[in-house]
Amino acid sequence: MAQLDGPYPPGDYQAVVVGSGPGGLQTSYYLHRRGIRHALISSDDAPGGMFRRFPIFQRLITWSKIHAPSDKSTERYEWYDWNSLLADEAELRSLAPSFMDGTSYFPARDEMENQLVTFAERAEVACRYGCTWESTRREDDGHFVLSTTDGEYRAEVLIFATGMAEPWKPTGIDGIEDVPHYVELGPPESYQGRSVFLIGKRNSGFELADGLLPWARQIVLASPRPVRMSVLVHSSAAARARYIQPYEDHVLGGGNAVMDAAIERIERTSEGFEVHAQGTTRPGSHVFEVDHVIAATGFTTPLGDLRSLGMKTFFQDRLPSQTPFWESTTVPGIYFAGTITQGSIGLKKYGHPSGSSAVHGFRYNARVLARHLADTRFGGGPDRPEVAPKDAIDHLLRAATRAPDLWNQQSYLARALERTPDGSFADVGAVPLAHFVDSYESDAIAITVETDADGDIHPAVYIRRGDDVTEHLLDSAHLHDYETKAHREQLTALLGGWI
Amino acid sequence: MDTDEIIDALASFSLFADLTGTDLQAISHTFEEESFAEGQRILRQGFGGTGFYLILQGEAAVVIDGQERTRLSRGDFFGEISILLGEPPSADVTALTPLNCLVLPRDELTGWLATKPSVMLRMLQTEVRRLRASNRWRS
Repeated sequence: MAQLDGPYPPGDYQAVVVGSGPGGLQTSYYLHRRGIRHALISSDDAPGGMFRRFPIFQRLITWSKIHAPSDKSTERYEWYDWNSLLADEAELRSLAPSFMDGTSYFPARDEMENQLVTFAERAEVACRYGCTWESTRREDDGHFVLSTTDGEYRAEVLIFATGMAEPWKPTGIDGIEDVPHYVELGPPESYQGRSVFLIGKRNSGFELADGLLPWARQIVLASPRPVRMSVLVHSSAAARARYIQPYEDHVLGGGNAVMDAAIERIERTSEGFEVHAQGTTRPGSHVFEVDHVIAATGFTTPLGDLRSLGMKTFFQDRLPSQTPFWESTTVPGIYFAGTITQGSIGLKKYGHPSGSSAVHGFRYNARVLARHLADTRFGGGPDRPEVAPKDAIDHLLRAATRAPDLWNQQSYLARALERTPDGSFADVGAVPLAHFVDSYESDAIAITVETDADGDIHPAVYIRRGDDVTEHLLDSAHLHDYETKAHREQLTALLGGWI
Repeated sequence: MDTDEIIDALASFSLFADLTGTDLQAISHTFEEESFAEGQRILRQGFGGTGFYLILQGEAAVVIDGQERTRLSRGDFFGEISILLGEPPSADVTALTPLNCLVLPRDELTGWLATKPSVMLRMLQTEVRRLRASNRWRS
């Protein structure tokens, strides 16, 4: 029996969004802006998603700069604030720093949760809380039916913003099922004077190591792959600087260890655990006798029964395979939002992944997705302001210098100008770069920001003339100011004949 | 594919025929898995910053100036020439089916190969075979 009271009762909608973390809230906000009739449902009882509980040591790794060069009501401020959701209304922007107590560059977990709750209230993003998605089917007319604890929802489009929220452990390690996952960490003081073996050297592993440094007698972090540090590989998806104190301790011989080793098996002993491992970077067998073993091995996407619809996955079956517009590559009509959008790889220039695994990246994906759905499925408005040829160069260089979506989604999102039949340009806004270079259908120019192999950041220009697309890097610049005479001259030379 | 399935696949590839189980496990963690839709380009002719790809599942076409030259499938690799020569790719590689690959960023390939001489040798053998096939094709 369908439950009809409260927001978004079961019934027919154009789209249904599942999840009330930042990805779901941001998506719902922009679907409203585009006039797409949708329902937002969540099994939780309040907004916040993973931030209602994590990170486990209660402080984020993404910054919000309280004292920044730009006013908090401006779009430019998003560059300095990686945690707030986006809004067209100035009063709804930049909520995260308004909840921070000013003692850290990084919000506390509860400060992040508070901004999400407040955003939902002030932006009037309603959600049907306590409504759990149970199963999914597709009808003959192509529409989906989502069965929930409150009844059935029918829609042309489903958008899953359920996060990479389920604890995940790798296969192939005997005994790993007997050790707790990151989410099951005990109180830090319970590790006082104990030895702790952490499986995993990504952010969750280093977060635990950093948090346990004051308590544990010895900490060993191990995984087969050498540590990839954000400051060395120029990627926010790698181990962040905030957590690398345990690595410094290891390098300086402080007694804790960071090892490249493949874990073979974990055995319980009367005292604790024995961990058997084989060195990878440096070959050799190792046996560690420790009090605790914790699997900081990450999370997977709760996909429910979507695989039974033919959904293709990858990343050890943890992420759905997606198009540049975050649609399942094998089940058209099912889209993703939030951190799951990291499954849409993009060009990944020089090996740098997108920022889609975190709020500062995926918030822009949600805005682009809502526009894409409006344009392709539900009727988009004439949202393509004209840019005169004489203004095109400044328009593009201004975007490369100032647009926060290009900086937070480098080589992933681009700002594009489409050439019109009369020789002018239409501003089509932000588009996935992979879509622009592979399947855009008109003559157009796109600009993005790209970090090269040496770590220099450049504006990157892509010019599409018919089926031919060319790539051009403009010069890098101190303080990233590309609105210079030299950059105008470079871009003007590239666009010869069009301006 | 889960970790075990990836390691099983790696063990069946001639490129890794001389490696130990520990080596294969390390590769399964060192390389990132990526997925591409049918029709999607993985390498783009003339575009810089690409990686080294090893096909786990699916089939891809090598296309130069719009003309298909060859096809690649499970166990084949591509992208290495661009990295080793420091030049943008001279061909498009496009997925003909849903395609899953393992990928190593360009700045990690040469260092990784230096630690795995047997892989380097087998890669060289493959390059020589490709060169021979290319010469036959030209003649």
